[in-house]
Amino acid sequence: MIVVILFAIIALFPILWVALSSFKPQSELFRIPMRIFPEQWTLENYAEALLRGSFQIYFRNTVFVSVISTIITVIISIMAGYALGKYVFPGRNFMFTLMLCTLMIPLQVIMIPIFLQLKRFGLLNSLWGIIIPPAATPTGVFLARQYMTTIPDSLIEAARIDGGGEWFVFRKIIIPLSKPIIATIAIFSFMWRWNDYLWPLIVISKSDKQTIQQALAGFVGQLQVNWSNLLAMTTITILPIIIVFLALQNFFMQGISAGAVKG
Amino acid sequence: MTEFKKGTRQFWIPYLFLLPNLLIFVLFVIIPAVQGLAMSFTDWSVFSKPNFIGFANFKELFADEVFLTTFRNTLVYSILTVCALVVVSLGLALLLFHNTIKGVKAFRAIFYIPSLLSMITVGIAWRFILGDEMGIVNFLIRSCGGKGVQWLTSGKLAMLSVILVSVWTYAGYYMIIFISGLQTIPVELYEAAYVDGASRWYSFKSITLPLLSPTTLVVSILATINAFKAYELILTMTKGGPGYATKFIVQQVYEVAFLEDRMGYASAMSIILMLMIGVITLIQFKGSRGEGENE
Repeated sequence: MIVVILFAIIALFPILWVALSSFKPQSELFRIPMRIFPEQWTLENYAEALLRGSFQIYFRNTVFVSVISTIITVIISIMAGYALGKYVFPGRNFMFTLMLCTLMIPLQVIMIPIFLQLKRFGLLNSLWGIIIPPAATPTGVFLARQYMTTIPDSLIEAARIDGGGEWFVFRKIIIPLSKPIIATIAIFSFMWRWNDYLWPLIVISKSDKQTIQQALAGFVGQLQVNWSNLLAMTTITILPIIIVFLALQNFFMQGISAGAVKG
Repeated sequence: MTEFKKGTRQFWIPYLFLLPNLLIFVLFVIIPAVQGLAMSFTDWSVFSKPNFIGFANFKELFADEVFLTTFRNTLVYSILTVCALVVVSLGLALLLFHNTIKGVKAFRAIFYIPSLLSMITVGIAWRFILGDEMGIVNFLIRSCGGKGVQWLTSGKLAMLSVILVSVWTYAGYYMIIFISGLQTIPVELYEAAYVDGASRWYSFKSITLPLLSPTTLVVSILATINAFKAYELILTMTKGGPGYATKFIVQQVYEVAFLEDRMGYASAMSIILMLMIGVITLIQFKGSRGEGENE
């Protein structure tokens, strides 16, 4: 028990330390002896960070990218998962294997040809360049396919006998039944896009199109780091993810264990 | 399962459902992967026409001191990180698998939280904590009468710090995978072993480990791929320094491709990275199969 608590402290302390320090006035940040809690709580760092026009732009870009990309990911993953899980057609296994193989090709390995491909499509320095390519995720397709195999065929057959076309069946039967897996894929996709650094780094070079992760990396890379400001911005960046996690924990845990162990 | 025979009116419907996803895959994964391989045999840069130069890039790579250093660093970092991660996350899973501790669920969630953060924010947090003069860790060491430690500015320690922070980040994630693996082991086996008077260590060694080996394989493969991709953490914590002490292949690829504009040469590096991932994954597969045969 004591070991567990000790590990829990190690896991949480760095995050809490950053968050608490972001409420310290600059003069207190590096004062020795250090104290865990701010002596004088201040919102100054947040005000400075939020009022900075550029941070608002980065934040807005990141929200836009994460939300739109997640919507696309959910739709196309469920569609592909449905095709792979509920239809028999020539080339099905080949396509499923092909998608799983792409799991083994990380972006880091193909970032140069991807850059050239995006350039060809005119997607450089466009938010669509960070939205579209990563929207097709093998993990999403895999999770959706696994889930589809648990939906009984009889439900689909019944809807067809009632005269529903294939698209109608998909929209009125499959989508409502897939809510749990939609939630899981949505949460993961949102988190991935929110946390992305390498995609934006490759695609975006204009500062008004940057995302928060890019901005944070830029700030910490400067010679004189303004820690008070940086810690406030870091806390703002972490917060949405932690809130989503605390609210929707069960989906997270299911997603990992389903995706990883069966994979 | 619905089967549409070829020639029937609707045989194309499943393809239609697959199309959007497949289109993106082909355009932004498969074509680039093939192109990347082709580029590695050229002297491609953004503004000039590429020429085919055979294996010249690869020959140059094996004489390139900086590349060889990043290669070695990546290998050392990946092997140590994966080993440490498997041990720590399995340990956590064993601690939190049985429901003997109050609030097991809450603890699982707490350990999982670090893996939710972006590597950029993780790097920022730890650079703040491990700072030479102003980090809290050195403050604590100094107030206990010790000397400040150069966590990020001395070569070997910087590597160690990066490894430890990686373990801190991902241990909870792999812990969850291990827990679901542990849940598939039938309780009866442990009961039988207990009745036979087996020690806890013995039942761990002869029941848990062998039956858990598929999960261990999954965890080590995921962790390996993840380790080879490392870039953001180094960028924010050490920038690859001091010197080249924590510079990894991905950072080198990025710099050579986008800052020095030698895309063909950098592609050759990417191919080496891909091969490293492939070979290590293969070794892990072989290793786990070998173990299975001995049982």
